[in-house]
Amino acid sequence: MLRTDDENPAFLKINALWKAFGDFLALKDISLEVAEGEFVCFLGPSGCGKTTLLRAIAGLDPQTRGTIEQSSRDISNLPPAQRDYGIVFQSYALFPNLSIRRNVAYGLENAGHSRSKIDARVDELLQLVDLPEQGNKYPAQLSGGQQQRIALARAIATKPGLLLLDEPLSALDARVRVSLRHQIKELQRKLGVTTVMVTHDQEEGLSMADRIVVMNHGRIEQVGTPIQIYRDPDTLFVADFIGEMNQVQGVAETADRVRIGEVSFNCQSHGFSPDEKVLATVRPEDIVPIERDHSDQADPADQGVEVHIGDMEFLGSYWKARLDSPRLSGSLNANLSMNAVRRMELSVGSHLQVRLPSDRLKLFANPSAVT
Amino acid sequence: MSKLATELPAGPRVRLVLGSDDWFMRGFIALIVLYLFVALALPLYAMLSKSISTFRMDLTQFQFQVSDETGFFSGDILSADELNAAVGAYSEQELNVGSGGRLSATAFFPDFSFRSPVKYRVRGVDDSAVFLLGSERRTGPSWVELDSNQFRRVVLRPVTSVGLDNFKRYFSTPSLVQSIKNSLFIAAISTVITVLLAFCFAYALNRSCMRFKGVFRLIAMAPILVPSLLPGIALVYLFGNQGLLKAVMAGESIYGPYGIIAGSVFFTFPHAMLIITTALAISDARLYEAALSLRTSRWKTFWTITIPGARYGLISAAFVVFNLVITDFGLPKVIGGQYNVLAVDIYKQVIGQQNFEMGAVVSVVLLIPAMLAFGIDRIVQRRQVALLSARSVVYQPSSSRIFDRFCLLYCSLIAIFILGILGICQFAALVKFWPYDLSLSLRNYAFNRMDGGGWAAYRNSIELAGLTAFFGTVIVFTGAYMVEKTQGFKGGRTLFQFLAMLPMAIPGMVLGLAYIFFFNDPDNPLNFLYGTMAILVLCTVTHFYTVSHLTAVTALKQMDNEFESVNASLKQPFYKLFARVSVPVCLPAILDISIYLFVNAMTTVSAVVFLYSTSTALASVAVLNMDDAGDVAPAAAMGMMIFYTNVAARIVHAGLSRGVLRRTQVWRHH
Repeated sequence: MLRTDDENPAFLKINALWKAFGDFLALKDISLEVAEGEFVCFLGPSGCGKTTLLRAIAGLDPQTRGTIEQSSRDISNLPPAQRDYGIVFQSYALFPNLSIRRNVAYGLENAGHSRSKIDARVDELLQLVDLPEQGNKYPAQLSGGQQQRIALARAIATKPGLLLLDEPLSALDARVRVSLRHQIKELQRKLGVTTVMVTHDQEEGLSMADRIVVMNHGRIEQVGTPIQIYRDPDTLFVADFIGEMNQVQGVAETADRVRIGEVSFNCQSHGFSPDEKVLATVRPEDIVPIERDHSDQADPADQGVEVHIGDMEFLGSYWKARLDSPRLSGSLNANLSMNAVRRMELSVGSHLQVRLPSDRLKLFANPSAVT
Repeated sequence: MSKLATELPAGPRVRLVLGSDDWFMRGFIALIVLYLFVALALPLYAMLSKSISTFRMDLTQFQFQVSDETGFFSGDILSADELNAAVGAYSEQELNVGSGGRLSATAFFPDFSFRSPVKYRVRGVDDSAVFLLGSERRTGPSWVELDSNQFRRVVLRPVTSVGLDNFKRYFSTPSLVQSIKNSLFIAAISTVITVLLAFCFAYALNRSCMRFKGVFRLIAMAPILVPSLLPGIALVYLFGNQGLLKAVMAGESIYGPYGIIAGSVFFTFPHAMLIITTALAISDARLYEAALSLRTSRWKTFWTITIPGARYGLISAAFVVFNLVITDFGLPKVIGGQYNVLAVDIYKQVIGQQNFEMGAVVSVVLLIPAMLAFGIDRIVQRRQVALLSARSVVYQPSSSRIFDRFCLLYCSLIAIFILGILGICQFAALVKFWPYDLSLSLRNYAFNRMDGGGWAAYRNSIELAGLTAFFGTVIVFTGAYMVEKTQGFKGGRTLFQFLAMLPMAIPGMVLGLAYIFFFNDPDNPLNFLYGTMAILVLCTVTHFYTVSHLTAVTALKQMDNEFESVNASLKQPFYKLFARVSVPVCLPAILDISIYLFVNAMTTVSAVVFLYSTSTALASVAVLNMDDAGDVAPAAAMGMMIFYTNVAARIVHAGLSRGVLRRTQVWRHH
């Protein structure tokens, strides 16, 4: 994992950034460091401020307060042209009347390069984005995915120190999106260019980024690797926004126990005082069905609980099941593998035992609890 | 206070250092704002202040002393007011002067002789009093001692005061006030007729499967290519005292409301038709399918879907037509007869009576309905745009034999009306002596033998149109680009947008008169422009600025806003993007702006009628002047020359557009 320290100073350093649009605060006290070569993703629902933050870094919509440093240079009040980045937008923003070659060459002109050198660089870039034959066409003749690759080639043509991607895949078909996801990630790794991408698609963020910055209401909720964010969300918002999460009412007991309905479970250690109302969370895929062959009786130490299947939905590679349990006074969603369903002959109405692993059961403050 | 104050830490707002591009773009916006100030705001201000300036001789302001024959002054101070009361030098009416009023001081002294050794002293009671010594302006309460030969050259000037006296006088003159009623009446009736006819025409084009739709569309646009006074001339030929169809009038005169209304319908028809066609074209076919599946009758469908869907277009068309008619000057001038309207009153006051203050007052009166109509139209158009953005399915008419035939008949009648008006003008221009000698001749084209400027006027018009199209397009498009694509600089951009919308609300007559007040002022450093081709170009570009600006803005808005961001991130100067991408992509719109300016510069009369000089006479004004002088057939001939020139310009424009599209916009066709 790339971390910044004294030896390896941050490439991009954002310090106490605020952005006000009239009376509305779009960014609130954002501080963040990005290491050189890192791929960072700003992830959050629409209106969370992620695009505002990207545009502040680009100098397109300057922040109201706070500073931004890039390569130890204060760029806080530099106009876009004096900063060092390439940018790709959701709309591609290719110049429609210029050929693909001229689009890619656009930033290379007026920089003192010879014609032949520019040509060679354009060839190299078209090769890099895997479109070597398309140079003489016009943008409208290419597919969306191809256009976005050209936009990428144009953005990296001048070898900028920072690559900014503003929802680059959102305008594309689902299938193209997945393949372009890999291409961009691979290209970024090959070039080693520090990259910041904005997306509202968590799958995109999880699969591409070295680190994810989850944002909500203009604040950073959590910064971490995709695995950290997914496995160990800091806040209920992150838990809920990334992936799917069961949330059930519970009451804290001892430092690592919680009572849900009538049943008491071990959980991750928490800081709640006994009898405090909490929300217990567990991901659907972490709920383990217990097969009768191996364990005939419910054992509390096993974290098991008796449930029956209230509803089942076939999702191709697995089943999503609603598990009802009077003892939990609620229901949980669980992802059951095809194998387990077949082996255990599960169907709507089946009774079974499931286990809630203690290290996957995490407590959060209950926002609706009256204190 | 808001939560902003409590949450946001104190400190200065981060402001970006401005690059050279930013400075250039801001500078350019400032320049165009300055242009619009000089070409629009300041002249209008000059006109408004003129309308509330009144002039009156105030004799209590002036005092005299008279010496004896040895040159000794006794010290007795005589007031001009008292002197006048004593000797009755000037009547009350003579004291009620205009801005140019001058009273000789010697008239107060009946025994004055310029050879006498008597000396005079003269002064004003305060600094507002002005008198002239020859051409030298004097003011103030210190005595000026003069011998009698010098005293002979003393002239008293009126005091200027600000007030509504001019308006009071206007509203107490029944013949002038009658014009307000006349103008509103004509505009209202013409609006109702035009919108009704244009709606049916547009409906036939949009909703029927009749043949020759393209031809009808072309013919309907023809009136845009001629000056508004041309239909007046045609109507005179048809229904005038020696008209072919005089019997139709049943004793009524075509000179007056009938003629103005008929001509107004002719020249406003294309404007209304265009707006209503657009409104009908955006209606959603799915609504009609739903109505059909619910077995709604055609009649009910029309009233519940078609009319509500086109309502903004209809309202907008109505206000545009109203505005065009009430501000038009050429047509009522030609065919109005004794029927006075506001726009002609301005002309009569200024050109006929040289009463500039009263001209300014009528202008202000005319501004009110024009501004109102403009304002309402803007609001309505904004709503129409909101309708447009909704996704809709294009309506495809299905053929119905009876309905299609009926539409064809109706459109043919309208086409005959339009072509008839043009045809009669052309015919009258080609015959020897209407209606007695109908043999063909070109003698009406010997413009050099008539008043009005001759063929030189025609050449001047083409020069004006060319220059207006060129400079206007450059200024308008560049200005629109800067204001659309500049970051920040909100104050400057808002001011620009306001000034760019203003010309549409200003009637041409008002603009032209405002130019006289502003540019003809000898103290104005821009005075040298007066009487040149440059001021005509300036005035015409400004007069037609708004529509051109809106065309440019619409085209620019369709371009991706991130082009500028990409350009900056690639460290390229803004003018590279402008020249390499923005201009080529917007070329169709740019050509549209230039043809719009060309055609309007060829046909406009209202603003330039005050501004042309003998060396810059214009074809459209020549039509007016020749008609005024009784050379009606040559006027018709010149009007048709304008028509053919505009047709040629349109053909060139169409060819250019096609060629340019094919060459530079290859990307569109793939």
